Amino acid sequence: MNWKPNTFSKFANDANVRGVFFQVVLIATLVFFFFWLTDNTLTNLSNQGKSLGFAFLSGTAGFQISQTFGTWLFDYQVGTSTYLDVYFIGIANTLLVAVLGIVAATVIGFTLGIMRLSNNIVFRAFATTYIEMLRNIPILLQLFFWYFAVLRSLPGKRDKLEIIPDLIGVNITGLYLPAPVPQEGFVYSVIAFALAILLTFGVKQYAKRVQAQTGKITPVFLIGTALVISIPLITFLATNSPLDWNTPEFKDSGPMLRRGYQSGSGMILVPELIAVWLALSLYTAAFIAEIVRAGILAVSQGQTEAASALGIRPNYTLRLVVIPQAMRVIIPPLTSQYLNITKNSSLAVAIAYPELVSVFAGTALNQVGKEIEMIFMMMMVYLTVSLLTAAFMNWYNDRVKLVER
Amino acid sequence: MVSNGTRKERATATNNESAFIRQEDAPILPPPITSAGVAGWLNDNIFASMLDFSTLGAAVKSILMAIFTAFVAYIFFDQVYGLLDFAIFSAVWQDPEEQKRQVCWTIEQGGKLPNGWHGACWPYIIAKTKFILYGAYPNESLWRVNSTYLLGAILLVWVMIDRLPYRKLVGAVLLTIYPIFATVMLTGGGFGLSQFSVGVNTIIGLALISLGRAGKMGWITGPFLDLSKMAGVAGWFFIFFAAALVSVGVDFDLSKVDTRDWGGLLITLVVATTAIVVSLPLGILLALGRRSSLPVARTLSIIFIEFWRGVPLITVLFMASVMIPLFMPEGVNFDSLLRALIGVTLWQSAYMAEVIRGGLQAIDKGQYEGADAVGLSYWQSMRLIILPQALTRVLPGIVNTIISVFKDTSLVSIVGLFDLLGATQATIADAAWSTPVQASTGYLVVALIFFVFCFGMSRYSMYIERKLDRGH
Repeated sequence: MNWKPNTFSKFANDANVRGVFFQVVLIATLVFFFFWLTDNTLTNLSNQGKSLGFAFLSGTAGFQISQTFGTWLFDYQVGTSTYLDVYFIGIANTLLVAVLGIVAATVIGFTLGIMRLSNNIVFRAFATTYIEMLRNIPILLQLFFWYFAVLRSLPGKRDKLEIIPDLIGVNITGLYLPAPVPQEGFVYSVIAFALAILLTFGVKQYAKRVQAQTGKITPVFLIGTALVISIPLITFLATNSPLDWNTPEFKDSGPMLRRGYQSGSGMILVPELIAVWLALSLYTAAFIAEIVRAGILAVSQGQTEAASALGIRPNYTLRLVVIPQAMRVIIPPLTSQYLNITKNSSLAVAIAYPELVSVFAGTALNQVGKEIEMIFMMMMVYLTVSLLTAAFMNWYNDRVKLVER
Repeated sequence: MVSNGTRKERATATNNESAFIRQEDAPILPPPITSAGVAGWLNDNIFASMLDFSTLGAAVKSILMAIFTAFVAYIFFDQVYGLLDFAIFSAVWQDPEEQKRQVCWTIEQGGKLPNGWHGACWPYIIAKTKFILYGAYPNESLWRVNSTYLLGAILLVWVMIDRLPYRKLVGAVLLTIYPIFATVMLTGGGFGLSQFSVGVNTIIGLALISLGRAGKMGWITGPFLDLSKMAGVAGWFFIFFAAALVSVGVDFDLSKVDTRDWGGLLITLVVATTAIVVSLPLGILLALGRRSSLPVARTLSIIFIEFWRGVPLITVLFMASVMIPLFMPEGVNFDSLLRALIGVTLWQSAYMAEVIRGGLQAIDKGQYEGADAVGLSYWQSMRLIILPQALTRVLPGIVNTIISVFKDTSLVSIVGLFDLLGATQATIADAAWSTPVQASTGYLVVALIFFVFCFGMSRYSMYIERKLDRGH
């Protein structure tokens, strides 16, 4: 090569210069792309005679939403409630399903995960079959199965299947439960409950101090459970049991059209909610079980052996050595499963459970036709939940990660 | 000392006066009944946790364990037997008199089966097989779908079996020529030949390739050498694009099949494979971007990944089906399959990126530094050193992502495509076969198809994992 480096080639081979050049090109391409998109969108919108803006939110919504947690929370009335109310109803219903699903999936998933590690072959076989079957079948199919195949074969509207006679019953219109109706004075029981929880924390602090000074271990869990149950119960009884139960009313005589469960009596879980709940929790439980199993297996046998060498009793070994270390492995993927439940709750749109996607991006969008604004608002909800969870995860990871030199 | 002496004395005494000294070995006894054979197996695998009655607490625990075991065993066998009974023992298999739905009716409902009967109605599935697998795809053109499947399967199996020769070449064919072939076969091709765009692409491609050649010949030196190499690579893309344009443009005299007529397993496979094949390179680029030292590239990658990962696929599909028409200039019309494809692919590539990023992070820093030390450029070190290791390491993760996208394709049925689940759902609405077991039978078939695919993939991933395990 008879070529000699000159000023220009030095400049052009500088990593910083190349980086800046590459990024400028990237930004320019993106700006051009978004400009093109915006331009197209504005042209298309003006061709359709539409404009951008959020004024539609204060318009009144003229459609029915089936009786759910959200409609109860925001007191939905056709003709007076606004589209903003519809938005909040959607969010409330989404969060309700997500919370219910998370609780159920955690319980089932942990049970199955531990069962899969059991020495008992019955447990192992059951858990393995469950996990392999449910996680290899799409959740939407499971949702359809629960809704269209199982819940549709329940007794008809004028009939019922009693789970607890006169208290809990189910038919094709939903699951009917007694509804608690707090009377005057019930608030004291609630206050007592809060106090009991605070007291338990106090006991925990005290137990910590006692253990640090004397080495004695106070059974905090037992004391706490006793406190949390007994104090509100005593208050409840002392204030003359201020809670009524509104039991579901079922008529099997009288005019044909009036038979069946009476509206306004008891509490109803609509079949859509039950189907979504079942599908979400049973499907996600299979994944949580695998996470739990991996977490427990990740704690090396040496930890248990070291603990018993130190003379720690088996149940304390589990509580103080194994579980804290397993949790470090379990929590991050577990959180992402919780996030998956929240996101998968949007599948409820397929069976018309009135959650965010179904009621806001479905029914309301069809009425108002503000695609860009409404889909943006809908996505913001999920994004917010995701980013909050991610922030929590980072915080938690910083707290529990191994401190290395 | 004293005691020592006495012991010795005693020992001597025993030796002399003992009545019995065993002359042969003791007989080998069989192991305790609780540790061998069927009983031992049962003890280890079932009863170990319920035989301890030493204390009250242990006894209560044992009894509870026994009850719980019996309960789980009952549920397990009840469910398994229930499934087998539904699918096989109680199922109706034939419909010789062409009664359609009545063949699966009980006496109460007006049919012949005993009351309380509950079993699968297979004649319904047999009648709907074509729709479940192909949707409304014209019958006389089904050979095109089948031959596409066949070729795809042959190529895929070829790539997957280690012992066959030319695996890389076959893989390249699978990723380049096969998609064009599939497009032509499935749609019928003949979209019209624009000589102008083919010409422009060919000319640009040839020009870029000759630039690349010039760099290789040493005619281009210094700072522009890299650029000429890039141009050489880009040139082949243009040539490939031109070839693709010609292939789908030329009329092969196949009847055109609109994507609206596609359905069933066909849509599921098309959406899944496209999303997988496109999201892998996109995911690699995004993962590299997120790990890059260039702030703009990094920020953009993070925003892209976190946005798509933060929203449910359903909302992505809604957005794709509602907003893509708004984003496009007038006259450009994407059909609903293409819109769903774009949505699923973008969404999927964010997940792929996160999996690959995990692999990149797991690579020892020394590998990056080593690559720098031998003077490789960024792209060279990524292509030759980092990515091969990173991708190998996260292969199980990639397969998991592929499994999840395969399952998630069922969501396109919500935006009006008749994929495997959507098509089955449509057949369930058919009144000619309306029976109480219709939905269960349909879902059973779909579940079985999905299960076979997903379970198969997960087993293959475990096999690969074992094969690539270096035993560290």
